[in-house]
Amino acid sequence: MADVEDEKALVDRLRAGDKTACAQCVELNAPGIYRLALRMLGDEAEAEDVVQETFLSAFKSIDGFEWRSSLKTWLYRIATNVALMRLRRKTPLSVSVELPEEEGAETVPTQLFDWCCLPEHDFATTEAKTELEAAIRALPEKLRAVFVLRELEGLSGEETAQALGVSIENVKTRLHRARLWLRERLAGYFTELAHTHEEG
Amino acid sequence: MEEHNCQHLLGELSAYIEGEASEALCAEIREHLAGCEDCQAVVDTLRKTIQLYHTLPQPDLTEAARQRLFRTLDLESFLK
Repeated sequence: MADVEDEKALVDRLRAGDKTACAQCVELNAPGIYRLALRMLGDEAEAEDVVQETFLSAFKSIDGFEWRSSLKTWLYRIATNVALMRLRRKTPLSVSVELPEEEGAETVPTQLFDWCCLPEHDFATTEAKTELEAAIRALPEKLRAVFVLRELEGLSGEETAQALGVSIENVKTRLHRARLWLRERLAGYFTELAHTHEEG
Repeated sequence: MEEHNCQHLLGELSAYIEGEASEALCAEIREHLAGCEDCQAVVDTLRKTIQLYHTLPQPDLTEAARQRLFRTLDLESFLK
């Protein structure tokens, strides 16, 4: 309850234009918003721009904040929209035309080699981490938004649904597809690695 | 096992892995996995995938970026 009361007091101060409250809000939320933007866009400078745009927009429209979600979730919602708009500016045709198909693409498993029991050090290499980062960046955008909010930022299903303006069921479905999509993509790399070990 | 059963259970695997599936569904999936090597491989590697991305290091907002942010928002006086 203390958190909710603290947040209400913070929002009241933000509405009153209290600069200390603005600084507090930025300190609390900028790191998470930056991580979200970086995972969505894959570019540090652009992620920084998203963080700036998010807070400029939030402070300007704080009077319109209606407590349908927490302040943090509201900020994530603004940030996600800003990031998605930037993505759409980059690839307008692919987003509008291919969206329905891309959500379901590559979620039916075709890679069926069981690479889960490779030696642990194979999963801890820089190469393996780079592969995983690249896979996350390559996730179809609608799956990526859910995945980053839910799995990397740790929002609940309900908070993720509020941040994206979709149903909780939709969050669950997209998250499941994102996991299958990542599994399929990683399978290519780890299967090849396993075969290399066998040959060696 | 019939292929359509693999497809049917595929959509339930996240719930199964997270322990959110009903007892009846868990029993159905366990029974299927016992006889379907392909689905067992999908479950094993799906679990591993989840474990791997949960251990990824989180990128940090650099101090220089934080300072730029505070300046842009006219909050420079709050920089420590």
